[in-house]
Amino acid sequence: MYEKILTKRFEVPGYRGTLGEYEATGGYQAIAKALKEHTPASLIELVRRSGLRGRGGAGFPTGVKWGFVPKGSDLPKYLVCNGDESEPGTFKDRELIMRDPHQLLEGILLASFAIGCRTAYIYIRGEFVAGARILEQAVSDAAARGLIGRDILGSSFSLDLHVHRGAGAYICGEETALLESLEGKRGLPRLKPPFPATSGLYRKPTVVNNVETLCNIPHIVMRGAEWFASIGTPKSTGARIFGVSGHVRRPGIYECPIDVPMRELIFEHAGGIREGRRLKAVIPGGSSVPVLTERHLDTRMDFESLATAGSMAGSGGVIVMDETTCMVRVGEVVSRFYHHESCGQCTQCREGTAWLHKTLRRIEEGRGRQADLDLLLDICDNMKGKTICPLSDAAAMPIESYLKYFRDEFEQHIVERACPFGTRA
Amino acid sequence: MASLVDSKLGTRDPKPLDAMTEETIQQILSRYPERRSALLPLMHLCQEEAGYLTEDAMRELAARLDLPPIQVAEVATFYDMFRLKPGGQREIWVCHNLSCALLGAEQVIRRLEEVLGVSAGETTPDGLFTIKRVECLAACGRAPAIQVGPDYYGPVSPNDITELVDTLRKQLTVCNQSSSSSLEADR
Repeated sequence: MYEKILTKRFEVPGYRGTLGEYEATGGYQAIAKALKEHTPASLIELVRRSGLRGRGGAGFPTGVKWGFVPKGSDLPKYLVCNGDESEPGTFKDRELIMRDPHQLLEGILLASFAIGCRTAYIYIRGEFVAGARILEQAVSDAAARGLIGRDILGSSFSLDLHVHRGAGAYICGEETALLESLEGKRGLPRLKPPFPATSGLYRKPTVVNNVETLCNIPHIVMRGAEWFASIGTPKSTGARIFGVSGHVRRPGIYECPIDVPMRELIFEHAGGIREGRRLKAVIPGGSSVPVLTERHLDTRMDFESLATAGSMAGSGGVIVMDETTCMVRVGEVVSRFYHHESCGQCTQCREGTAWLHKTLRRIEEGRGRQADLDLLLDICDNMKGKTICPLSDAAAMPIESYLKYFRDEFEQHIVERACPFGTRA
Repeated sequence: MASLVDSKLGTRDPKPLDAMTEETIQQILSRYPERRSALLPLMHLCQEEAGYLTEDAMRELAARLDLPPIQVAEVATFYDMFRLKPGGQREIWVCHNLSCALLGAEQVIRRLEEVLGVSAGETTPDGLFTIKRVECLAACGRAPAIQVGPDYYGPVSPNDITELVDTLRKQLTVCNQSSSSSLEADR
């Protein structure tokens, strides 16, 4: 049986994530250890050797990202925790925040020590009303205990940490849009380069890390880079929290080694397909990634295996669909979302997302034309790789994949002038 | 500002907001090296107090943070959570994104509209509730999901809606945040 890391405390009876409970279960030992045994450089090296990759979606190596922050500069530096979890199908960060907030705070302390910053922010999604309160309480409790503030645990390391609420915008999960938002502006992604590591928050060197990514750091410090790297594959290390939703018997979050086979995740952990129905499609990493089908079930969930299968590991949000699902309707729902969330800066995305949604709705409502399928592919082609941020690609890739695997179904809608699955879900 | 956003703005509210006291503003400003960062936190406070972002609040925010009023208005209109006109005392957020749609979110929304007698986006005549279709709430494990303030409800079926609305009504009348529904509210 796999020993859980990030969600281990969730299983402690009565555990509510208070400071006392966190400390009683080994919490805040990693920061004490790091302040004694590590220099910022050796901590960055440790995380680099662990192979930890970002859990927000892009999978960039965390230690490498930290290493990009210029050393020996007098500029203030910032660490920003990305708690803007909004990718449809993803619901792990909210659990980590609500059920074990101090684990996240300790990760933030360690990351801040490593990059040499004195002020950190948690940018939390505006809708996470309860989560923001829990974090504010945790920060205040930790500060009262001398774990946040000046000369932490008697060292020369000091850190101020503030919780900053967003206000409802998916795009703010993109790191430069998040920084704009934190500066009090609309969340419009910035053109890169420069990257945040050299010019981020207030144009100062900044690291933006996802909640789950940061929660891994205390464990890497306590148990070592080699231990962490021994889980998973050589290129995708550690464990990951998968959120499984849709037509499964036991939807929920499941922490597994990052290379768990999709079949095991869906059929053992999440209990298989509801009511004995047959699996039709799986979106393995949040609604932005290409769909996979029954024949991909033996694919492992690590970054490389999913890429080889033609999809992406993304944010770990696994949406499972059974044989009753209409893929045109899925496309309509997914494209409506990206249309709603496009920030509007780039023409390809602003117009393309609207056009995709209109065309898919038309097909689903039985008003589609034969030419619509090539039109959809043409729009997608015009949306990919041409914009400031990846939202446009995220809107186009899923639709292309639905057409790739389920083109017949789209054609049936057009020929029969109706959705063959009957009433719209 | 008025000429650009007037059509979306609500009525003027002459009452000064506690969120605009010098103490509150200074306390929030102390977290950031640049004043403008205080904009979203202050907007949240103003909205919590008045129920929506009044035109006066936005004008005053602009003045306090040394921003042109249009920069406050553009932020207010960019983010989904900011309301520019009064709504119900409670917003009922119903997720209509994929995981919830797969498990019947549209039926849940239809039932909610029937029970409250208004469409999504509208407010009940008694001013208590506004139904709002929202994107993924990160509660997909409990789809179809509904969020009201800090509370999550799910999985919600159309049959649960009458009881949910009763629970929310009771909460409003007692002004007591704890929920006693068998539909377990989870914070």
